[in-house]
Amino acid sequence: MEAVNIVRTFNDGKFRALDDVTLRVPTGQVFGLLGPNGSGKTTMVRILSTVLNPSEGHATVGGFDVVKQPGHVRRVIGLAGQFAAVDENLTGFENLRMVGFLNHMEKSRAITRSRELLIEFGLHEFSNKLAKTYSGGMRRRLDLAAALVADPPILFLDEPTTGLDPQSRQDLWAIIEGLVEGGTTVLLTTQYLEEADRLCKQLVVLDHGKIIAEGTSAELKSQLGNTVLVLTFNSTTDAQRAIGLIADLSSKPPNEEGTVLELTVNRGPASAADALRRIDAAGIILMGLQLREPSLDDVFLNLTGHKTDEDRLEEAPLDRRVKRTAKA
Amino acid sequence: MTNITPTGTNDTGLSSIRWAVSDVLTLARRDLLALFRIPTAIVFAMIQPIMFVLLFRYVFGGVIRVPGGQYVNYLIPGILVQTVIFGAVGTAIGLAEDLQRGLIERFKALPMARMAVLGGRTIADMFRNVMVLVIITAVGFAVGFRPHGGFLHYIAACLIMLLFAYCLSWGFAFIGLVAPNSEAAQAMTFPLIFPMVFASVIFVPLQGLPWWLRGFAHNQPISQTAIAVRGLMNGTAIGNSAWVSLAWALGLIAFLAPLAVNRFRKVA
Repeated sequence: MEAVNIVRTFNDGKFRALDDVTLRVPTGQVFGLLGPNGSGKTTMVRILSTVLNPSEGHATVGGFDVVKQPGHVRRVIGLAGQFAAVDENLTGFENLRMVGFLNHMEKSRAITRSRELLIEFGLHEFSNKLAKTYSGGMRRRLDLAAALVADPPILFLDEPTTGLDPQSRQDLWAIIEGLVEGGTTVLLTTQYLEEADRLCKQLVVLDHGKIIAEGTSAELKSQLGNTVLVLTFNSTTDAQRAIGLIADLSSKPPNEEGTVLELTVNRGPASAADALRRIDAAGIILMGLQLREPSLDDVFLNLTGHKTDEDRLEEAPLDRRVKRTAKA
Repeated sequence: MTNITPTGTNDTGLSSIRWAVSDVLTLARRDLLALFRIPTAIVFAMIQPIMFVLLFRYVFGGVIRVPGGQYVNYLIPGILVQTVIFGAVGTAIGLAEDLQRGLIERFKALPMARMAVLGGRTIADMFRNVMVLVIITAVGFAVGFRPHGGFLHYIAACLIMLLFAYCLSWGFAFIGLVAPNSEAAQAMTFPLIFPMVFASVIFVPLQGLPWWLRGFAHNQPISQTAIAVRGLMNGTAIGNSAWVSLAWALGLIAFLAPLAVNRFRKVA
């Protein structure tokens, strides 16, 4: 699957959702599109899944051109979009069977395949319950199952775990890993660095419709620093004094917000211990110390020097920051 | 990446038509299942026309004079036309909801006929209209409606208005795909429907309308449909109104269906 110089504009060219994006997705692995809301991830998925046409550029999926041979592309792909697109007024089974029929599978095959998937995804006992009675995690699983009814070799997953609780997220990750072991190629979009790190071999980071970084997860991480050290002080004066003491622990200047300092560090607990020693020696009272994994905000701060836009942050799920208490 | 041979049927010629029909039926069945599973939706769809029947039969009906006959026989065919046309609003709401919930996106990535989502929805909505016709006819009989046109003419009248409403529903499909959400879709349909339904001969004969409105009210397509339906049901003259209604229906669908399908292709 590849996309070359894709441009997609909306509102008569006034808004460029994708601005000259080129991707090459290797077969049989998970490829990640990482970025905040509005960065163009979903538009890219919609173009590759033939839902939208690109304004410029061309793309092939499974060897077929998305604009000239959309019918062929649709027969080799499965799409699980952002909204867990299941019909609430149908049962789980009816949802899958309908997708099977619309994939032009034989009736008996569509029915057996639907039952198989319901068992595989732990939805068997809810097969005949209306989808509107399902929990968020169950809907996501049903949605993913719907994308798999026709056994597509290529799968698009648009933010598959957004809004899910940690357990459901783990379950879904395990399912995706199982699919890739079976040879499926997956293009996954996510706002979670942790998810990209766990699932994706290769990553592209999008911002305002442009690629701002690409590489393996390990390469990106080493660019970023592994951990974020968060220090909370009594007053902004204390915070300002501390900047001078600890700035050399990171290659990047600390991010300051009032009484809170954030610093990207490579040595995690050791850096935290250093910071603690210096601050203590200077007689500054520390109110809080925390180490956490870098969030998407940190990635953006590092790559672009700006945070993800404020208006986008409001839409973003609250649990984006994976916090971890220091055990140094 | 290596080429992957598509599995499944080769969708060309006859087989593509067969699959298109199968896709439309699959989706129509889905929409009808939803209809039967939300009984409140049917009940609410029925409340409004029943209220209109009661209101005009017992409250306003006493002061409305119709030429040569009982007002109730004038009223019920009009209510039937009004109700099937209001039914088209459901097409707009249903599609706007599918769009909001991401179902349209899913359907667009499936190897099915492009017009199947719209075809399935409009056909399901037509079946709902058939049900509505049966129920309102029964309500009509209960309040004294006695059509004298004969059974076959009654059926012909039903077919005329069903066809007209079906063709019109493609325009409402377009609205459903343009609207930002289902509430907006519903709100957008009213300014279109209200003047057409009320500046007509559905409730009041032409003589009851102000002189400046009569030209429009007589010739507009909903009135022509109502005139044909009423005449056939009551066994009175219909002039060329049935042909006018039919011509409008075909003209509307020839214009509206490509508009809606084109919108479907662009929307995501």
